[in-house]
Amino acid sequence: MEKVHYTQEINITPQLMERINVLISHYPEDKRKSALLPVLHEVQDAHENWLSIELQNKVAEIIGIQPIEVYEVVSFYSMYNQKPVGKYMFEFCHTSPCCLNGVENLMDYTCDKLGVKVGEITKDGMFSVKGVECLGACGYAPMLQLGDFYHEHLTPSKMDQLIEDCKAGKITLLAEI
Amino acid sequence: MSRKLLLEHINVPGIETYEVYRKHGGYASVEKAIKKLTPDEVVEEVKTSGLRGRGGAGFPAGMKWSFIDKKSGKPRHLVCNADESEPGTFKDRFLMEKLPHLLIEGMITSSYALGANLSYIYIRGEYMWIFRILERAINEAKAAGWLGKNILGSGYDLELYVHCGAGAYICGEETALIESLEGKRGNPRIKPPFPAISGLWANPTVVNNVETIAAVPWIINNSGAEYATIGLGRSTGTKLISASGNIKNPGVYEIELGLSVDEFMNSDEYLGGMSSNRPLKAFVPGGSSVPVLPANLIFKTANGEDRLMTYESLSDGGFATGSMLGSGGFIVYDDTACIVRNTWNFSRFYHHESCGQCSPCREGTGWMEKVLNRIENGLGREEDIDLLWSVQAKIEGNTICPLGDAAAWPVAAAIRHFREEFEFHIRFPEKVKSRDHFVSEPFDQVKHLLAKATV
Ligand SMILES: Cc1cc2nc3c(=O)[nH]c(=O)nc-3n(C[C@H](O)[C@H](O)[C@H](O)COP(=O)(O)O)c2cc1C
Ligand code: SF4
Ligand code: FES
Repeated sequence: MEKVHYTQEINITPQLMERINVLISHYPEDKRKSALLPVLHEVQDAHENWLSIELQNKVAEIIGIQPIEVYEVVSFYSMYNQKPVGKYMFEFCHTSPCCLNGVENLMDYTCDKLGVKVGEITKDGMFSVKGVECLGACGYAPMLQLGDFYHEHLTPSKMDQLIEDCKAGKITLLAEI
Repeated sequence: MSRKLLLEHINVPGIETYEVYRKHGGYASVEKAIKKLTPDEVVEEVKTSGLRGRGGAGFPAGMKWSFIDKKSGKPRHLVCNADESEPGTFKDRFLMEKLPHLLIEGMITSSYALGANLSYIYIRGEYMWIFRILERAINEAKAAGWLGKNILGSGYDLELYVHCGAGAYICGEETALIESLEGKRGNPRIKPPFPAISGLWANPTVVNNVETIAAVPWIINNSGAEYATIGLGRSTGTKLISASGNIKNPGVYEIELGLSVDEFMNSDEYLGGMSSNRPLKAFVPGGSSVPVLPANLIFKTANGEDRLMTYESLSDGGFATGSMLGSGGFIVYDDTACIVRNTWNFSRFYHHESCGQCSPCREGTGWMEKVLNRIENGLGREEDIDLLWSVQAKIEGNTICPLGDAAAWPVAAAIRHFREEFEFHIRFPEKVKSRDHFVSEPFDQVKHLLAKATV
C-alpha cells in the first residue's frame, strides 16, 4: 500500500504554549511526560484536529521526551488523528445499546445525505462520518460526538438541522477552557 | 424505597456551582474529617459502612484503603477512575456534570484518609466538556480554601488535578489507567505488585470509581454505621443505575440496593416498562461485560425467589442462571432485538479495545468477532457455535487483565441462553439477510421452523 505523507502548518502560539505549561505544572517536575495526553489534546485542537509527524516531534521537544514516546501514544489512542479529518466529524456511537435505538439507520441516512461512506470525508473537507464505540450516552441514543460536545436523541430531521447549522457556522466545536 | 444519598440535592437550581453546593451542606465532610477525625478513623468509618467499589468489581472500599502502604514513607496518591467506557454505563458522567463539587469533596475527604497530598481525577477524553467543568470547580474549591497548603489550618496539604484520556476503554482498568496517567500507552500491568504498594510513579496508590468516592461525604457526615443500615445485607447503600435500551424512561437512577428488578423495570418511578409495549426478551444488568439473561431469569432467580438489585441476588445461580451487578449498566432488550447481532457488536467492541498484550485476548477477540459476524450475516456453519464456545473458554482466565474475561462472558452467556437463535441464523440464512430481521418477524414467531430443520 502506498504511504501518503500528510503535512500541516505548525503554529504553537504563545497562548497555546501558556496552556501547555499550565498542564505540565499539574505533575511533579520530574514527571513531565505525564502531561503528554492532555497536551496532545490541546495541540490537536489548535491544529485542525490532527497531528502530523512533525507536530508530534514538536510536542516531544516541548515536553522533553523522545519522539517515539509520542508516536506510540498517538497510535494507541483513538482520539488522536494521524491524518486530516473533516472539519465537522460526526462520530456516531455504534455500540449495541445505541443500535437498539436506531443509530445504524441514522448513520445510513447521514452518509446518503452527505454522499460519503463511513470513514470518508466530503470533497469540500467539511464533513466526515465515523462509527465509534460507547460514548457514555446510551440512554440518550441515537447520538454523536462533534468536537467536544455530544448531540443526543437524534432523528433524521435533527440531523438535517445539525448539518445546516454546521454549514452556517453556528456550531461550536471546542469547550471553553 | 427511593432514598437519595448521592442525588439528594440534584434538583436544587445551581447545585453545580460552589456557592449553592456549599449552602446545601457541601464540604461539611471535609471539615468534619480534618477537624475531628484522624485519617485512620475516616478509613474505619468507610470500612464500617460496607461501601463496595462502584466501578464494577464491588471490592469493599474501606478494605482497599487499608491496604495502602503507609510504612515506606513514599508519597501516596488517590486516583479517581472517571474513564467510564463500559457499554451501557453513563452514571459517572451524570454525577460529574451535575454535582462536580460532590466528587471534589469526596476526593478531599478520601485523600485525607489515605494521607495523599497529590491526587488526580482521570476522565475519558471524550468527556472534554466535563473535564472543563471539573477544572473550574477545582479552582473554585481551591479559592475557597478546600485545596492547597494547610487546609483549614490543619497542616494537611492537597493538590488535586484532572487528567484526560484519549479514547481507550482499557484505560478504565486500574493499572492501564496508571500507565496512561504516566503518559504512556494503556497496557495493563502484571499484578502483583498491586497499586496499593506500587502504583502511580511506583508510589502507593488507590484507584476508586467516581461513584465510590462520591459516597464518602455522606458516610463521614452520617457515620458508616448509618450507611450500613441502608440497602440489603452485604449490598449496603444506594447505587446509581444507568438504564438504556427498549425501555420507556432511559436515564440515570439512584436506587436503594435491595429494590426488586421487577419494580425497577416496571414501576413508573423508574423505567416504566418497555418502550413500545413489546415483550421483554433479555437484559444485561451490569454493563456489556456481564452475562445476558433471558426473560425467565430476570424477575425470578432459578429457585423462584424475587430477583433483587443487589450484588448477591443478581449473581444468584452463578453463570448458569445468574449475572452480575457490575457497573450498573442496565440494558433492556425487547423481542425485536437480535442476540446474535448484539453479541457480535459487543465482540467487535472488545476486539477494538483489546490492548494486544496477551495473545488469547488479542487473537481470541478477533476470532469471536469474525465468527459472530459471519453467523449474523447468514454465512455461519453448524460447527461455528462450538468453535465460539471453545474460543471464549480459552480466553477466560488466561490473560493479564480482566478484559479477556469481559470479552468471553457475554459470548458464553449468549450461547448458554440463546443457542437456538444462533442455530436459526445458521439454518435459515435467507431469514437474517436484513439488519432488522427480528423487527418484522421476532424470533418467537419463527422459532418453530427450527423444529423442522435438520442439520
Ligand atoms: C477492561 C476494564 C475496564 C474498566 N473500566 C472501568 C471504568 O471505566 N471505570 C471504573 O471505575 N472502573 C473500571 N474498571 C475497574 C477498575 O479496574 C477498578 O477496579 C476500579 O476503578 C476500582 O474502583 P472501585 O473499587 O471504586 O470500583 C475496569 C476494569 C477493566 C478490567
Ligand atoms: S487481557 Fe486483553 S486488554 Fe487485558 S492486558 Fe491482555 S490483551 Fe490487554
Ligand atoms: S452504547 Fe452508545 S453511548 Fe453507550
